[in-house]
Amino acid sequence: MLPESIAISAVLFAIGVVGVLTRRNAIIVFMCVELMLNAVNLTFVAFARVYGFAGQVFVVLVMTVAAAEAAVGLAIVIANFRHRHTVDLQAIDLLKG
Amino acid sequence: MYPTPVSLFYTFNFYLFGLVAIASALAFVTRKSPVTAALWLVTTMFCLAALYVMLDAPFIGVIQVLVYAGAIMVVFVFVVMLLNLGKEQLGTDVRGLVGRLGGGLLGLALIAFLWAAHKGVPLASVTIAPDSLAVAQHAEGAVAPVAQPLFTTYLLAFEVTSVLLLVAIVGAVVVGRRGAARAA
Amino acid sequence: MQNYIWAVPLLPLLGFVINGALSLFGAVHLGPADPSLPHEAREVALDHDPAEHGAPTRPRFYTAVTIIGCLVVALAFALGVAIFVEMVQSGQTQPFVQTYFPWMPVGDLQINAALQVDQLSILMVLVITGIGTLIHIFSVGYMGDDPGYARYFAYLNLFVFFMLVLVLGANYPILFVGWEGVGLCSYLLIGFWFSETVNADAGKKAFIVNRIGDYGLLMAMFLMFANFKTLDYTGVTAAAGNLTAGGPLATTICLFLFLACTGKSAQIPLYVWLPDAMAGPTPVSALIHAATMVTAGVYLVVRSAALFALSPVAGLTICVVGAATALLAATIALKQWDIKKVLAYSTVSQLGFMFVAVGCGGYVAGMFHLVTHAFFKALLFLGAGSVIYALHAAYHETHNHADAQDMRNMGGLRHYMPWTWILMWIATLAISGIPLFAGFFSKDEVMGTLFDRAQDSTLRDAHWLGIPGGLLLYTLYGIMLFAAFLTAIYMTRMMLYTFHGPNRSGDDERPLLREAPWIMTGPLVVLGVLSATGGFLNLPPFFPLFGAPINLLKNWLDPVVGPAIIRTTHGVAVETDPTLGVTLGVIAGSIGVLGILLAVIRIKTTEVGNAVPEPAIERVLEHRYYVDELYDRIFVRPLVALSRTVLWKGVDGMIDGAVNAVAWLGRAVSRAGAAIQSGQVGTYAWVLVLGVLAVLGAFSLFLYA
Repeated sequence: MLPESIAISAVLFAIGVVGVLTRRNAIIVFMCVELMLNAVNLTFVAFARVYGFAGQVFVVLVMTVAAAEAAVGLAIVIANFRHRHTVDLQAIDLLKG
Repeated sequence: MYPTPVSLFYTFNFYLFGLVAIASALAFVTRKSPVTAALWLVTTMFCLAALYVMLDAPFIGVIQVLVYAGAIMVVFVFVVMLLNLGKEQLGTDVRGLVGRLGGGLLGLALIAFLWAAHKGVPLASVTIAPDSLAVAQHAEGAVAPVAQPLFTTYLLAFEVTSVLLLVAIVGAVVVGRRGAARAA
Repeated sequence: MQNYIWAVPLLPLLGFVINGALSLFGAVHLGPADPSLPHEAREVALDHDPAEHGAPTRPRFYTAVTIIGCLVVALAFALGVAIFVEMVQSGQTQPFVQTYFPWMPVGDLQINAALQVDQLSILMVLVITGIGTLIHIFSVGYMGDDPGYARYFAYLNLFVFFMLVLVLGANYPILFVGWEGVGLCSYLLIGFWFSETVNADAGKKAFIVNRIGDYGLLMAMFLMFANFKTLDYTGVTAAAGNLTAGGPLATTICLFLFLACTGKSAQIPLYVWLPDAMAGPTPVSALIHAATMVTAGVYLVVRSAALFALSPVAGLTICVVGAATALLAATIALKQWDIKKVLAYSTVSQLGFMFVAVGCGGYVAGMFHLVTHAFFKALLFLGAGSVIYALHAAYHETHNHADAQDMRNMGGLRHYMPWTWILMWIATLAISGIPLFAGFFSKDEVMGTLFDRAQDSTLRDAHWLGIPGGLLLYTLYGIMLFAAFLTAIYMTRMMLYTFHGPNRSGDDERPLLREAPWIMTGPLVVLGVLSATGGFLNLPPFFPLFGAPINLLKNWLDPVVGPAIIRTTHGVAVETDPTLGVTLGVIAGSIGVLGILLAVIRIKTTEVGNAVPEPAIERVLEHRYYVDELYDRIFVRPLVALSRTVLWKGVDGMIDGAVNAVAWLGRAVSRAGAAIQSGQVGTYAWVLVLGVLAVLGAFSLFLYA
């Protein structure tokens, strides 16, 4: 099942990338990032079946980090929303050069 | 589940869950309303959980549902509802046609590259015996084979991750405070 | 003493450096007090009180510049005389070459910085420094109240330096350095009062037309190097001995050299700069455009006599051009009203005489006429300078803005300037070829040589554009006689309008006319004596005069040009038949007398200013055959149009376009960079993904390749 899992994972990852590139709503972009992380988790689990439990251990850690990142990221989105009253990514351009 | 029966039923379900996962992911990416998108993502995660279970990772599958779908996605939905984002608040949400086409092409390219990249020659000495995951789980239970390396070989990673969680919590609280703008 | 030959050009150079430095101190900023403004304009601009006309204000460093400027040239002359005396006493026949350093050793080519002292070069040195000293002394008086005094003497010294380099050089490149240098100084001095556009344009015209001729000299040098592998005079003379007589190589080199001479010595077609050059101060015209620079072409031909003697066709060409120029210029001079223009065209005409002489192998005759012409033409120019000075001073007093150089404002000046009058008549008699004056002997020598060559020489045997050489030379002889006739006429006309008849200067100015100060008249006296007695330099053998020595110049120059002369006469030394010589002399003298008499009888100086309608031919002459207008139409305007459209808009546009494109590229790159720094997370995500794809792509290539 390894090649199939990798194929599914690749497609999901690509969909996540396209979402990040295409969407303007910050929260949806975050969710796309979560999707990418999930796809990666699938890859890890698939490889764990061939190469040992270390893959699953890594999945646990990835999930932990994903949770932490989601919390902090959403806090930032909320803070930004308080300023600009929008979650539009294009409105965040203070670094415009 | 030991040994994992690789039968037609198994293969059919595997493909089914896989395809549903992809379809819900596509649906998730193209929704205008954030709540709808979140729900579609939850669907994707459920399918992935099923896949995990079919790949001899029941513990991972369970915590996928508990943590990802049950906690993280809930947080997302809470935030959406807190900010009162409706469908109409953003107008044309998705970028222009060029952006969408470009993004699609990039996605396809990415798939191609990833598929090509995975053909790398693996290190033969590292593989384990087939079905050894299922064997271990049958012997020790679903959690022990994952927990045991986590708390021994990869203890440092575990501890660092816990510190990371602490920092993230503190940070989220600080950033999300009402007076955060004035304190900055 | 010859070892110190390097001091001869270096002394004037030292004078240039010192005077040039002094001129920088005295410089006044451009504005109403600009030193280069003509005197009147400055006066007007400074609101000069006319009642305050006291002694002329001396320019800064007047004493120092005067002493240094004149002393260096006088010392150079003294040194030249010393070397000359030494050469006479030692009777040397070989040239003395002193090499200083290898200038351009490149492969086969070995050009040294070297000076050569032989009979020809020391003769030129004496002429240049001698007449140069006299003109420097004259300039002290003439330019005495010009604020650009130091600059003037600096340029004049620089000119003498370059001219000496020209004649003393031991090879053609050194000659070329001097050639270009005198061209430069000519430009600087003609445009001395450059704030007037006319003067600046005249300077430019002189320099540019000269440059056209310089192309000829360069081509000749290239051909010489390619075939002879040397550019020294000794080397070229030796190599010329091996060339086939009348061959295409000799002819080509000689024609290119002559092209250079038409530029520098104002022959057809490049003579147009010389009349315009009269915009410069009169002593400049005397030195540069009468005595020295314009004779550089004649010097070049004589120096290359070994080559010219080999090519009868080139010689005939030179004779034809010289004769045509002599005739053309003489006809134009008949109808000019500016006194300096008359003398300018006279110079062009007399240079034609010199070229006719050297063209048919009469190198001694050409040099003889060069020397005597230097005497009387310098005298004529300096005398005209005295006249202009007097009129200018008178007009200055009365604030009259009339032209001080126009003969229609002169007349009857013999009462006010007797010394100048007598001396200029001496020069006029000399130039007209009146017997016993210097010009008679030199002109007679030229005509005599021409006639001899017409009878028997290599030129006679050759054909020029199908015309037999003998017929051509006889025809040219006739033309030269007519030109000499015209010379007498226009010179007498000039004298009549200037010094005789009623005075037309104006009733207010007449009492103010007086003789020029002695510092200016003194050199005139010296030149007058030389014009009267200069003929004794080369008395012909059939004219024994009180036992005076004959053929002095011929014997002197024999080591240098003797073999070349003999080559043109089929290898035999020719002595003019005494009867023929006397007959030709009588013809030449009577032509001169006839011309003067005709002018005196026919020209009525009282008829000036009457509105007599001129016949068409006189108008053509007065407008100089419209040659300048023709050149303007044919050459100048198309070139300017070409330059504007092709070079300015096209080539320059391309270059500007390239530079602008570089600037545009910089801006475009920065714009692209700024676009990347949009501050948008989405943009950064795009870039990130593209980077990932790049890495993955490399990875895949690595796997599969």
